[in-house]
Amino acid sequence: MAAQHVRSLTCILVRLTVLNNSKGKEMGCHPGFGQLSHSGTTYGNFFLSRTDNPGQFQHGVIVAVDSRATAGSYIASQTVKKVIEINPYLLGTMAGGAADCSFWERLLARQCRVYELRNKERISVAAASKLLANMVYQYKGMGLSMGTMVCGWDKRGPGLYYVDSEGNRVGGDLFAVGSGSMYAYGVVDSGLRPELSVEEACELGRRAIYQATYRDAYSGGVVNLYRVHSQGWERVSQDDVLQLHQQYKAEAQD
Amino acid sequence: MLSTPMFANGGRMKEYHHSGSTECRFSPYAYNGGTVLAVAGEDFAIVASDTRLSEGYSIHSRDSPKCYKLTDTTVLGCSGFHGDCLTLTKIIDARLKMYKHSNNKSMTSGAIAAMLSTILYGRRFFPYYVYNIIGGLDEEGRGAVYSFDPVGSYQRDSYKAGGSASAMLQPLLDNQIGFKNMENVQHLPLTLEKAMQLVKDVFISAAERDVYTGDALKLCIITKEGIKEEMVPLRKD
Repeated sequence: MAAQHVRSLTCILVRLTVLNNSKGKEMGCHPGFGQLSHSGTTYGNFFLSRTDNPGQFQHGVIVAVDSRATAGSYIASQTVKKVIEINPYLLGTMAGGAADCSFWERLLARQCRVYELRNKERISVAAASKLLANMVYQYKGMGLSMGTMVCGWDKRGPGLYYVDSEGNRVGGDLFAVGSGSMYAYGVVDSGLRPELSVEEACELGRRAIYQATYRDAYSGGVVNLYRVHSQGWERVSQDDVLQLHQQYKAEAQD
Repeated sequence: MLSTPMFANGGRMKEYHHSGSTECRFSPYAYNGGTVLAVAGEDFAIVASDTRLSEGYSIHSRDSPKCYKLTDTTVLGCSGFHGDCLTLTKIIDARLKMYKHSNNKSMTSGAIAAMLSTILYGRRFFPYYVYNIIGGLDEEGRGAVYSFDPVGSYQRDSYKAGGSASAMLQPLLDNQIGFKNMENVQHLPLTLEKAMQLVKDVFISAAERDVYTGDALKLCIITKEGIKEEMVPLRKD
């Protein structure tokens, strides 16, 4: 039913595009809508699962996110859950328009469940991310704002895909998404090594998000850490950024 | 509405001796102001709103509350564009009735919140210009507050302010209810009496400094006994 709701929207849209030509300008006079994008940092890290690289090991996917949502320069919330639990072995992250991310990922969860019922097996990360990419591609150019990472574990091992509302869908080992992503990349790229243990990897993710919240005004709140392994995902930790600040400062002094 | 060029600048008077070309456009939206607040306690929820309806420099009404009773355990507060508030509440009431007829029970607060999210997102490309906050009791009888943005993004909170004075109220609530930025304080659970006093104080402060907030405050207190309403006068200037 929800899918139909949106499908019918596609038709109305074509007509409205002409009428609402200056929609952006009108919207500009009014307070902005909740935005995660230029406000959130999400970061997914995928470790070394390729079987053609037998020297390395499989930890899974570490996903670290902040929890701030802004509407313009107003902080709308410091307790946003930017990791969406699609099903027990798939996670999606949120950056961009808050409603866009949560709506489309909820729809993705529904589609994944339908796939399971039809095919009697779990959906792969590649297929799930492709479903999402194809759903939003139909609205390309209409103003959706969504940058998400689909992370999971399937029969090919850990999977990580970056999908956005522009139509990009790209698989990889490491992504950082959002306004603070550059800061997170700096920390992760310099700290990433093949022989990291699970705890070290988690700490690296946590530090990357903390550093991003330190320098990016649109990131903050708490750092939520998840890990996806062969049995599914688990919530590793939730740390307030202010407390991490005290902790890292104390560590730096000794 | 009165979206004539005079009010098109969001209430500012158009400048005289305007050089160059002027563009007059019809705006489907108007901004009617108003502030809404919801607080959730252990076994209660409070939804409060002021009752002033404004547009530009004028006040249309001093008795237009923004709390709408949805079920025996849920109240919705909506502020923003009054026209969209009315239509949205009409649609929600109809959907509640449909659910009741199909499922033979009332919708829970969480279900109403999820439904409102999809109703709002259905108009993603021509949004309802409404800031919604739902307050009520969840299935276990605990207080629940759900806050929304105009296109349907939502989350459960323990307290939230929305509308024109939200940026003034929210930090105070963060400090008094969330104990933010305070060290070495005991985190006492919020009682109904303290919550009510806090809500009244906070709205009195908002009426001092926000032009769109004032006239009167309507509180809806939701407990397992039902919904009680209370009106408190505010500054009328």
